[in-house]
Amino acid sequence: MHDRDQDIIVCRCEDLTLADIRALIQKGYRTLDEIRRISRCGMGPCQGRTCRALVQRELQASGINIKDQVPGVFRPPTKPVTLGSIAEGAGRRSDHA
Amino acid sequence: MRMFDVCIIGGGPAGLKAAIAAGSQGLSVVLMDDADHLGGQLVKQTHMFFGSEQQRAGARGVNIAKELVEQVTSLVNVEVVLCTTALGLYDDLVLTYETEGSYRKLSAKKFIVATGASERMLTFPGNDLPGVYGAGAVQTLMNVYGVKPGNRVLMVGAGNIGLIVSYQLLQAGVEVIAIVEGGPSIGGYLVHASKVRRAGVPILTSHTIKEAVGVNCVEGAIVCELDSQWQPKSGTEQRIDADVICLAVGLSPLTDILWQAECEMVFVPELGGNVAYRDSTMCTSKPHIYVAGDVAGVEEASSAMVEGELAGLCAAKSLGVSGAHLTLQITSARSQLEELRSGPVGDKIRAGLLQAHR
Repeated sequence: MHDRDQDIIVCRCEDLTLADIRALIQKGYRTLDEIRRISRCGMGPCQGRTCRALVQRELQASGINIKDQVPGVFRPPTKPVTLGSIAEGAGRRSDHA
Repeated sequence: MRMFDVCIIGGGPAGLKAAIAAGSQGLSVVLMDDADHLGGQLVKQTHMFFGSEQQRAGARGVNIAKELVEQVTSLVNVEVVLCTTALGLYDDLVLTYETEGSYRKLSAKKFIVATGASERMLTFPGNDLPGVYGAGAVQTLMNVYGVKPGNRVLMVGAGNIGLIVSYQLLQAGVEVIAIVEGGPSIGGYLVHASKVRRAGVPILTSHTIKEAVGVNCVEGAIVCELDSQWQPKSGTEQRIDADVICLAVGLSPLTDILWQAECEMVFVPELGGNVAYRDSTMCTSKPHIYVAGDVAGVEEASSAMVEGELAGLCAAKSLGVSGAHLTLQITSARSQLEELRSGPVGDKIRAGLLQAHR
């Protein structure tokens, strides 16, 4: 590990550094989903749009070919929505565009 | 629940052309975008386009957007919904979306996903300092909102975006200290590179940013030379004073909704990352989901427009629209794409598409 890794942000939403990610990979978390579940990496407002490619590259550097990496499960909704907006939509008699 | 023939997600160059193509066949179309205006990235492209006349060579992106928006709004059977985000796409032809603080559903027989791409980030110390921007963000600030991002810019990446945004920064009266490019040669077109070189901006190939310097915001950057293995050469570090570090290091297709819908995906570096497998009609492994534009592979606006048109026409055909004119239009779109991707400039895209086609 390089001494500056803790100054490099990988996941801006969840405030995770390159040092955090590298430590997780070293501990044996070897897929995007495993890293996400233990650290919340990619679970913030941007849903991994910035960090996903960076974590993929780190996994690649640790010997897991990027083509073979499982990107993890993408669950709807694609962006965070408030309970209020769900309630608002559910309260409508018929949905319309 | 509202029902449509075709729902298009994303109102950039691909989505607009898809809406015009499907709408012109008389189908009921809904076109949604999460921004408050149509046009996608076209609206900030103040430079002239290349390609042939058919793809509007010589026209500026911002003007192309205006024309396409006019065409779309003149079609009464095309409904445009802005400030609206697609949230989930399902096998029973239902799309969930959020609009006006409300979570809703609609149904369409065919969906064309034209969500575009997002900017890539780099890892270096200080990469979260205020003043580190994506090149697309800088372009939006300047060309859409008329805001200068700063006074002294270090550009990272000498692809077309890095070169064009550098030139537009100069046009806005912003100093561009240097363009650093990790690769051994300039990635973008030489006509763009020549313009910034004539303006006196150095392009340092085999160079990268090592760290951003600053306490509360960017005050400068350390750049260094890379060897042929892309490793920093020790002793080559130099400090550059800058208040903006602009990253133009590529785009990744914005594929969240395709993954969620469980389209079969493939990693193709030439196309910018993971993309959906598609057939010659732009249809994915899901018969109700089509793709067009950067989400199908990062390319240029000209090809995105033609791909959007092709997807719109083919979706219409799959819904039973027929006729000699439609067949002719589909053939024409395909040959335009072939032309745009011909020659050495198209080598990479052609190699990428071979891996994504089924």
